[in-house]
Amino acid sequence: MSKITIDPNKCKGCELCVKACPEQILAMGKQLNVKGYFYAQVAEQPRCIGCRICCIVCPDVAIEMAVQGTMYKYFDY
Amino acid sequence: MSELTVFKRPEALLPVTMHYCPGCTHGISHRLVAEALDELGLRERTVGVAPVGCSVLAYDYFNCDFHEASHGRAPAVATGIKRARPDLIVFTYQGDGDLASIGMAEIVHAANRGEKITVIFVNNAIYGMTGGQMAPTTMPGQVATTCPLGRDTNLAGFPIRMAELLSALVTPAFIARGSLHSPLEVVKTKALIKRAFQYQREGTCFSLVECLSTCPTNWGITPTDSLKWLEENMLPYYPLGIKKTPEGKEA
Amino acid sequence: MAKLLMKGAEAIGEAAIAADCRLFFGYPITPQNEIPEYMSLRLPQVGGTFVQAESEVAASNMLYGAGGSGARVFTSSSSPGISLMMEALSYLAGAEVPVVIVNIMRAGPGLGGILPAQADYFQATKGGGHGDYRCIVLAPWSVQDAADLIMDAFDLADFYRNPVLMIGDALIAQMMEPVEIREGRKPCKPLAPKDWATTGNKGRKPNIINSLILDPEDLERHNRRLKAKFDSMERDEVRWASYNTDGDYDILIAAYGTPARVCLTAVNELKEKGVNVGLFRPITLWPFPYAPLREKAKKAKAVLTVELSTGQMVEDVRTAVCEDLPVHFYGRQGGILVTPDEVVEQVTALLGGARPKGARKGGKA
Repeated sequence: MSKITIDPNKCKGCELCVKACPEQILAMGKQLNVKGYFYAQVAEQPRCIGCRICCIVCPDVAIEMAVQGTMYKYFDY
Repeated sequence: MSELTVFKRPEALLPVTMHYCPGCTHGISHRLVAEALDELGLRERTVGVAPVGCSVLAYDYFNCDFHEASHGRAPAVATGIKRARPDLIVFTYQGDGDLASIGMAEIVHAANRGEKITVIFVNNAIYGMTGGQMAPTTMPGQVATTCPLGRDTNLAGFPIRMAELLSALVTPAFIARGSLHSPLEVVKTKALIKRAFQYQREGTCFSLVECLSTCPTNWGITPTDSLKWLEENMLPYYPLGIKKTPEGKEA
Repeated sequence: MAKLLMKGAEAIGEAAIAADCRLFFGYPITPQNEIPEYMSLRLPQVGGTFVQAESEVAASNMLYGAGGSGARVFTSSSSPGISLMMEALSYLAGAEVPVVIVNIMRAGPGLGGILPAQADYFQATKGGGHGDYRCIVLAPWSVQDAADLIMDAFDLADFYRNPVLMIGDALIAQMMEPVEIREGRKPCKPLAPKDWATTGNKGRKPNIINSLILDPEDLERHNRRLKAKFDSMERDEVRWASYNTDGDYDILIAAYGTPARVCLTAVNELKEKGVNVGLFRPITLWPFPYAPLREKAKKAKAVLTVELSTGQMVEDVRTAVCEDLPVHFYGRQGGILVTPDEVVEQVTALLGGARPKGARKGGKA
């Protein structure tokens, strides 16, 4: 099971992660962060497949991912 | 059950917010360079050179020694550092206005001398920091603040393919072009960047990775549309892949 | 090192090596070519590195990189090439990078000529680059002087973390004279380790060589900190010499570089004719020796400034003596060297003697 953490104050609301997520489990939130951006949030954490694409495409290194137990490694990154 | 972190900020990036516009892929190439430095264990003996351009503030983001260079002169500054301290890993991080316009002589001659440095060349087909002027890499017909009716190739010529241009030099080098507009291309570009630094670590040759990048603010479109614009307009003109390797053949 | 008959350009190179400089970045331009040529041969022999850059712009930025990494490094060029280095000079001062830049001056403006001139005085002393910055400017008048001064230049650059210029007309590089390279001499300033240099941030915060300071408050603080540094240079680093100024004299000549030697010959010739003339020679063109010159001028009725230009240092001479006495100027341009006879004529004229018929009219300022 993987766990995504999006740092609300590093996100600039660019939506790249939301559009890139293959499972479409991310969404733009309704809260504003310290810079006045609507930041991205994890809508359906349990459906995350741990592929890390959101982390890879985030231009602001705002997304980190941790997993518990074994995880299928899609690709070496 | 222990929790295993599988993705986090690389150590070579400082825990600060970068000034880049929302959706600007500079942030991605910064991370790729930092990940390469971490994974190759080079950070503590690396010196970066950031010239004028959006990335001039890169010295605030990397956790390694840095020089801020005047516009176009990063390859010369890097030459000075590398010749003074050949044991250090030296890289420049340059935009297209900096490298392909005012700094053309510096990049061509650094490559031709075979300086054992690594150049990260971010090509977003426009001048970012100064507000969206036409760059040598601006596409034909692309609108910029100094070609408001679109780049007229009769007046301003055609965009310059730097990777190909530099590959024509005889001196051995590793030259490749990647892109940051899709997860797959980001992963492939990371491999290119890592390989470039490996060539430097082994003292083999000059290395340059051109990274196609977006500029949502100055292109005037959303970050996600910018990815599509890059794919539809820049990709056909700037083919990706390895252009030159020190071994001479497509390795 | 024993006394050798050396060409100025080569003496400058050898002295730099004796001062532990192991890096040179340069570009061909007459009349200083023999400096890069010599360094390209000698540096590899002493484990150093020579790079011929693609332009003076590139050479000066290589200087920035090497100097910022803690290396002793210098470059040389001639007037037009030095103009191309002006942006880098401003960056070097702004980022506090110690380097030495040698300008072997040629006649200008523009492409001008390749013979000796001193028409880059303003560029060197009043700031050819942008922004508030200063550089110590050393002016040798002989091959020995050039060899000595460049060694001091490295110490001054390191001590103040600021670029230092050494400027001489083409003769300084092209003449051959007996010279003794002062190997192993004590540095002229106490030298601290360069812990600010970019040597890899193992076990420390990153070192950054940078002149970009976008916040106005911070940039003003930086400017004022630099100003304090320049003020201390003005206080401590003024260098000058005077000749035949112990007794009385009605005329004081002010000149630097090769023309000062020409004037010394004239002073000696006049002395034999019973005419006592003093000679004042600034060695640091910046910081300019205002006070000592003012002091020496007190005994005279007039000052004659002699330069290979249409008059640049003469402005500083006027500043030094204020309105106390008239300051006259005599100069040759185009690469023509002033001769002792001309100086004797000028002095004689100033002392009331009729101007000799047919005397070439120098550039009157």
